[in-house]
Amino acid sequence: MFVPGNNPGMMADAHIYGPDSIMLDLEDSVTMAEKDAARLLVHNALKSIDFGGTEMVVRINPLNTPYGKKDVEAVVKAGVDVIRMPKTETADEVRELEAEIIKVETELGCVGRTLIMAAIESALGVVNAYEIATASKRMMGIALGAEDYSANLKTQRTPGGAELLLARETIVVAARAAGIACFDTVYSNLDDMDTFRKEVELIKSLGFDGKSIINPRQIEVVNEVFAPSQKDIDKALRIIAAIKEAQAKGSGVIAVNGKMVDRPVVIRAERTVALAIASGILDKEEAL
Amino acid sequence: MRHTKVVTLEEAIRRSGLKDGMTISFHHHFRGGDKVVNMVVQKLAEMGFRDLHLAASSLSDVHAPLIEHIRSGVITKISTSGLRGELANEISHGLLKEPVIFRSHGGRGSAIASGELHIDVAFLGASSCDELGNASGCPRSENAKSICGSLGYALPDARYADHVVILTDDLVAYPNVPKSISACDVESVVVVESVGDSSKISSGAIRDSKNPRDILLAKQAAKVIINSGYFKEGFSIQTGTGGASLAAVKYIRESMLEQGIKASFALGGITAHMVKLHEEGLIGRLVDVQSFDKVAAESIGHDQLHQEVSAVEYASADHVGSAVHALDIVILSALEVDVDFNVNVLVGSDGIIRGAIGGHPDTAEDSALSIIVCPLLRGRIPCVVPKVTTLITPGKGVDVVVTEYGIAVNPARPEIEGRLKAAGLKVVDIHELAAKARSIIGEPDALPFGDRVVGIVMDRHGKVLDEIRNIVD
Amino acid sequence: MEIKNAVAGTLESGDILIQITPGVGLQVDLQSSVAAQFGRQIKAVITETLTGLGIDNACVKATDKGALDCTIRARVTAAAVRATGKDVWKD
Repeated sequence: MFVPGNNPGMMADAHIYGPDSIMLDLEDSVTMAEKDAARLLVHNALKSIDFGGTEMVVRINPLNTPYGKKDVEAVVKAGVDVIRMPKTETADEVRELEAEIIKVETELGCVGRTLIMAAIESALGVVNAYEIATASKRMMGIALGAEDYSANLKTQRTPGGAELLLARETIVVAARAAGIACFDTVYSNLDDMDTFRKEVELIKSLGFDGKSIINPRQIEVVNEVFAPSQKDIDKALRIIAAIKEAQAKGSGVIAVNGKMVDRPVVIRAERTVALAIASGILDKEEAL
Repeated sequence: MRHTKVVTLEEAIRRSGLKDGMTISFHHHFRGGDKVVNMVVQKLAEMGFRDLHLAASSLSDVHAPLIEHIRSGVITKISTSGLRGELANEISHGLLKEPVIFRSHGGRGSAIASGELHIDVAFLGASSCDELGNASGCPRSENAKSICGSLGYALPDARYADHVVILTDDLVAYPNVPKSISACDVESVVVVESVGDSSKISSGAIRDSKNPRDILLAKQAAKVIINSGYFKEGFSIQTGTGGASLAAVKYIRESMLEQGIKASFALGGITAHMVKLHEEGLIGRLVDVQSFDKVAAESIGHDQLHQEVSAVEYASADHVGSAVHALDIVILSALEVDVDFNVNVLVGSDGIIRGAIGGHPDTAEDSALSIIVCPLLRGRIPCVVPKVTTLITPGKGVDVVVTEYGIAVNPARPEIEGRLKAAGLKVVDIHELAAKARSIIGEPDALPFGDRVVGIVMDRHGKVLDEIRNIVD
Repeated sequence: MEIKNAVAGTLESGDILIQITPGVGLQVDLQSSVAAQFGRQIKAVITETLTGLGIDNACVKATDKGALDCTIRARVTAAAVRATGKDVWKD
């Protein structure tokens, strides 16, 4: 969930709504005159506020602005989990950021602690998606930023999102090929929950791991869409149980309900269980 | 018309036999739009009265003019359910020599009925009245200027006061029936320009709250109710008017539809939300001591199943027949809750009086399940504290506290705790909540209380519950 | 350290508006709805933050809207940075 970095009231209790990840923003939601103050707010918030174990991300300003390097220093010193790079276009940019991070981590004696998420917001970024995704061991995920991307394409956003299809599919493919996560862009019309739900359903079926949101009211919809149905969960648990049994017996091929259970089926079952646990439907102990 | 009780206000006061030192009373059904208190006290001041005891069912910001009348000695004692705004601030700083007597709605009803609170002259505003004194909170003619619906808090006064004066802004032809106040209880009728500013009464338009915190609290409160064991066919319910309470009604309604459960009645404080559920057939009857908005006020005027009750019939502890004894579920708010589940709804955490007791302790004590819904913090003000600033509702009547950081259940209700845990709700120890609040805001300094008692809180049974001291700046 | 007038923060709920002007010694004028409970603490955080940054002479006008200590520290530091023209903070 995006939270503007210059709003202390919002930062203090963003976590109570249960987002999986909170993204404090120093970039587009903060005016130039306030970049210095926002950086200090985010630094102090990260150090002092108990976010309850929620993953903490900060979107810094690009390194080629007067703010980027100072942002990196401020947030790494405050112990941020992930730095989100805006407008990433090349693997070199990723390596440049990593070098900056290593500088600060070395000073602190915690090299390797900070992860990176790259936001792809331009045509060039999409073209280089796989290179970006594999540019650093710290890269935990790549995301689409549709507003800047569609402007870069010289078109605008449409309800159906046809203009985003290539970008979305490329990002998913690149992320999977690189073995990392992928996240879809924000939907800003808070009064139209129906269209929002349709968009979440679309990107889930495209393969995205999650969605960026801008308000706590959107959390429930994303959780509902991504949560597997009870039917799917039961089926997945049966498959996993069958595999365990087969392994115990030492037999190779198994069938569940008359259907062959081969590797893709098992992987899907494991992912369903993981999603069920993440959605709070299954207890970790129940599933094992 | 052979007989008429219609006189001027001055004449009505003369006829009443009011003397210095006596007790006058008012209701608060026009809430922030009330004009009666200020108008009457102003006239009494002009006529030279002094040393009067003002016993209102409640007072609000709009009654700030009383400050001057207190300074000049016209009013020297106050009994009320609540105080707000400048008047409250001044009293907290020691404006009145004698402490204010605070009672709940049920407590005031009991006290009037038993004679403990003796009223010499009651001045009761009504939206319609005939020449013999049949009065109602419902508009009856096209000249009607105001509406307030139920006159529940005026009824004990009308019945037990020595002398009753009705003030109305719409004199109608006899008989003004259906009536709330009977002409046989009324001595004088005064026609005035306006008894209450109707624009200050909420229209009752139901707007879904967009505040994410209210929505979160509302959903949690609804889940508590649904899994409490009390959510079954024929249950009864009362809610407050805070954002989270009103939002909770929406989620409760969804579950009522899903599970095919209907409520037997809603009590209180009736809002448009409750009227809507009643008209949909989801709530059988509405038992109304105060109509909170225009929709509720209009509904009571034309719906047989939407009935007015007096404060005594609503919440008196002395009367086993009072409605709170039949109430299953109540959702309440709080300024503070402490680790013993005691609640404060009257005094701010800065020590200044800023609220009203209302029916809080009445409903909490006698209902089957009482739920407090409040945010852990309001800015840097903690709502869950080690000890309340002022005790209004004793903890033994409080069952569940719902905050965004978790739900606490009174240890005296282990069966409820069990049900909520089984439903997967986040149940935590109330001490954890208090500690969490402290860890976020820091440790507050002690409040600068002086040693003058400016308020005495009476419990429902007529005993002193707590004292409020003055604040020294 | 030489300081010029500077402002940081807003009057939004949860924030604190800090206005720094040159002065002798550290003086804090605080307006807050939680002055009774937290006034002393808020002033302490403001003065500690300034002395920690090497600023011992300034006049501070603070209008608090329920800010937590970390927010107060951040706003005071921002105002100090703007007042001195240097990145006085490095922790």
